[in-house]
Amino acid sequence: MSTEAEITAIPQTVDLASEYETSGVAEVLRELDEELIGLAPVKQRIRETAALLLVDRARRTLGLSHETPTLHMSFSGNPGTGKTTVALKMAGLLHRLGYVRKGHLVSVTRDDLVGQYIGHTAPKTKEVLKKAMGGVLFIDEAYYLYRPDNERDYGQEAIEILLQVMENNRDDLVVIMAGYADRMDQFFTANPGFRSRIAHHIEFPDYTDTELLNISERMLAEQNYRLSPAAETAMKDYIALRRKQPHFANARSIRNALDRARLRQANRLFETAKGPLDAAALSTIGEEDIRASRVFQGGLDVDRSPPAREDTA
Amino acid sequence: MRITQGCFSFLPDLDDQQISAQIEYCLQKEWAIGIEYTDDPHPRNTYWDMWGNPMFDLRDAKGVMMELDECRKVHGDSYIRINAFNDTRGVESVKMSFIVNRPASEPKIHMQRTDFVDRAQKYAWDVRPQ
Repeated sequence: MSTEAEITAIPQTVDLASEYETSGVAEVLRELDEELIGLAPVKQRIRETAALLLVDRARRTLGLSHETPTLHMSFSGNPGTGKTTVALKMAGLLHRLGYVRKGHLVSVTRDDLVGQYIGHTAPKTKEVLKKAMGGVLFIDEAYYLYRPDNERDYGQEAIEILLQVMENNRDDLVVIMAGYADRMDQFFTANPGFRSRIAHHIEFPDYTDTELLNISERMLAEQNYRLSPAAETAMKDYIALRRKQPHFANARSIRNALDRARLRQANRLFETAKGPLDAAALSTIGEEDIRASRVFQGGLDVDRSPPAREDTA
Repeated sequence: MRITQGCFSFLPDLDDQQISAQIEYCLQKEWAIGIEYTDDPHPRNTYWDMWGNPMFDLRDAKGVMMELDECRKVHGDSYIRINAFNDTRGVESVKMSFIVNRPASEPKIHMQRTDFVDRAQKYAWDVRPQ
């Protein structure tokens, strides 16, 4: 930009409220509130971050600050607590505020970054970084990058490239690392370079039973299904039981349970229906569709039918 | 002698900001970007060396600029061009190609005229150092 433009462009005051509306930040935050159930602390943190960035942007228009703030983040929480969904929203938010140019989200895991032989890792990591430029790079289960038990692991190489890019290309790319809380802590302790380059640590709490019930109703509504009143009670029991069993993944477990319930409902309709079915019958999940789950029979941690008993699937 | 090949070669050299803008245009058309270099700018030399693989699925010009910087570090004294490839079925060809780097002193293309049978003239061109 020319110096002439700079001199004329600096305004004297900034109206934060109108900035908030016109930048589209308000819209993203509203969407976040409406589309995501629960997650109050996460929403609070995002609102704070948005406020910080908005003020920072205002300060920049007044010529008070010039540096790009560090925006790399870490999301820690159990599986199925909405980390990827929030990362998508975050990408939208950063895009509206002008901190990333394109606002797309590139979601990767260790396999996408780390190669299998010497000289394979660097091109692979760079390939991903090139795709993520101008957007947000979301590294799921980031701690797998670092394998302390194997000192010749290629993960270290990927980490070094990432650190370098996180430092040098702060204007071009925002990195979000996600994973279980305790393992993320270990990861950051072992890699102090990341800890110091990540400004925002956001923790995702588990959903409560009521929130999960709301989520299941919303998931069904999206596909034009609904729970019968008895099925709703069954779902409540299901959630309470499922939580105690291994491999519980919050909203993801609920999604899988509902997928199987729909399967059973289709099967039931197919086998029992005598006459023509109306829309209500086709879109109602009954109590028996949910109660048939193996979770109610003591539960198996693997969702696979034992070969001899096909009826329990 | 200044080599003129591809787009923009009669204009002054593009600076990085202008190159970025051109790449943005290509990406917005969903063309794949490839970087190629050579020390032989003869117009008949269509086979330039590839710098890495062509880049598909990029969203921002910065990714290409990173590769270009790397390429300039290694082949700063060569010709480097950027090709934009359209992979639409039925098109499948380079839609845009422009030079982004030239050696400090460019070779000249020398023309050799030879007499041939029955007073015919044959022409040949070769690249020679200045």
